Amino acid sequence: MTFLASPVEHEDAPLSNRAMAWYRFSRNPAAVVGAAIVISVILAAVFAPWLAPYPEAAGSQVDFRNRHGAPSLTHWFGTDNVGRDIFSRVLYGYRISLGMVIGVLGLAVPFGILLGLLAGYFGGRVEWLIMRFTDVMLALPPLAMALAITAVLSPNLINAMIAITLLWWTWHTRLIYRIVKGQMGEDYVEAARLAGASHAHILFRELLPNCVSAISVKVTLDAGFVILFGAALSFLGLGVQPPTPDLGTMVSTGSEYLPEHWWESMLPGLAILWAILGFNLLGDGLRDMLDVEL
Amino acid sequence: MIPYIAKRAVSLLLVFLGLAVLIFVIARVVPGDPARIALGPLATAAQVEELQQEMGLDKPFVVQLGNYLSSLARADLGKSLLTNRPVLDDIRQALPATLELVLFTLLLQIILSIPLGVVAAVYRNTWVDNLSRIISLVGIVTPGFVLAILLQLLASYQFEFFPVTGRLDRSLDFTADATGLLLVDSVLAWRWDVFLDAVRHLILPATALAMAGVGQVMRITRSSMIEVSSRDFVEASRAYGIPERVVAGRYMLRIACVAPLTILGLEFASLIGNAFIVEFVFSWPGIASYGVRTILQKDLNAVIGVVLVSGVFFVVANLVIDVILGLVDPRHRLRAARST
Repeated sequence: MTFLASPVEHEDAPLSNRAMAWYRFSRNPAAVVGAAIVISVILAAVFAPWLAPYPEAAGSQVDFRNRHGAPSLTHWFGTDNVGRDIFSRVLYGYRISLGMVIGVLGLAVPFGILLGLLAGYFGGRVEWLIMRFTDVMLALPPLAMALAITAVLSPNLINAMIAITLLWWTWHTRLIYRIVKGQMGEDYVEAARLAGASHAHILFRELLPNCVSAISVKVTLDAGFVILFGAALSFLGLGVQPPTPDLGTMVSTGSEYLPEHWWESMLPGLAILWAILGFNLLGDGLRDMLDVEL
Repeated sequence: MIPYIAKRAVSLLLVFLGLAVLIFVIARVVPGDPARIALGPLATAAQVEELQQEMGLDKPFVVQLGNYLSSLARADLGKSLLTNRPVLDDIRQALPATLELVLFTLLLQIILSIPLGVVAAVYRNTWVDNLSRIISLVGIVTPGFVLAILLQLLASYQFEFFPVTGRLDRSLDFTADATGLLLVDSVLAWRWDVFLDAVRHLILPATALAMAGVGQVMRITRSSMIEVSSRDFVEASRAYGIPERVVAGRYMLRIACVAPLTILGLEFASLIGNAFIVEFVFSWPGIASYGVRTILQKDLNAVIGVVLVSGVFFVVANLVIDVILGLVDPRHRLRAARST
């Protein structure tokens, strides 16, 4: 079909791939908004101690005279059941959420990629073993599994991260496996093999670069879902324990004071939604820009 | 069709076996002695030892695994340390409530997402499409528990018609014995007051549970309708002068519904997991509430049972969706036959 494509769009200087990608990204309002939201979340997490109007609220500070204060100019998101500033706690909460994202994806993604590469490249028994194991892991109901693991290990931030990591790699294995399977018949792989390249070279220098765009889209989308998952665990009392300012824990504690003090649960809830929304819009934008299918 | 189902069922059995072994290993490998965990720090060494013997923990690991699998084959999940009853009985008692919630949610998802996706595709790039895009995005990014709490908040302020906890009003005297599903049993007993009350109780938790899937399925329905709409057979039908309503509703939808059905199946399978959150918020007396309670009490037998049952549900839901896809789209059947 290429001979039918008219060159009208690139009449003047042909754009480089990168410039083309950036052009497509900047013309996608949803992606730009997503990027802005993600940046706002990252900035809030990194600079929480400087941005928070009441940094002491992140700990177990108690101020009973100001408890259950409605949102106001002094306390933008109101105060919670022991009088701590909720806005400050939300900023610190993003630190926990993003830390969780980095910890979980930092472990699960490389592991998942490695297994996917191996299964797709070697085929045969390796493929059978890895992919059947992945299937079994995928058959586990994720939330119930994570609950069981954290409960048995005793609930805290690290164990919640371990539980999520143990379940998360499977999706990346599947994705990479599918891509590698599709690439195996390609000439460049054959060429590398004929040139006498080692397995490691073909795996990491030839095949892996072809997975990068899919991985980056998946990781961006994942970030939002890890935040969601971690918050859900803490919401059930099986993740981060008080007084650490975690968004899920804040929603759960705040919900005890519904409906009168709605801000104590709804505003941290909206803060979770904000972060997930950002990663989701950005991920969708990247998908359009890099033109990958997940 | 039959060999296809049989083949899928065999692989399902393998997955199930793997699942059982894996859960057992996880439950045993984790640090800490299950007997000690169950009895708490105050129990004496003798008590712990006695329970160890009762649970068979003093035997070698492989023997334990063998015993566990053989009792599993006899549908024996052991005794719950929390309720002191067989785990299977506890689960059997709690399962109908969860099934009812999950099935009602699925119904809600189908009713909402497929028509909305079709409408969005037909009126693409108009305000209708944009609105549906916003609805689906909000559905996907809103955490279930935030939505659940928001609905409770709205119900307590605005829509007092919808109760915020439980399955049935206390004043109604009704026990569901036939199937355990209130909606079915009340119809069988001609108790329409019970039926309506049960629906009233279901609306909020089911909405909270449904939205994520609705967003996903809506989006997929829209894009596959658009993809199909440019195929030759569609153009030909239009050229014959067949009304657009029929072309879209009958010819296109049949092809276009394969992708949404797949996603719907995956979503349905994960519903039982997500039900943990929603049941917790709405005090729904289902398997997830039981699961959370036993997890917090470190009741290992019960936890294994709950995870196993939800795993089975997950796997069976995937099989069912595979069979349905095979019925709707013969290509799917052929592909699956070739790949195995």
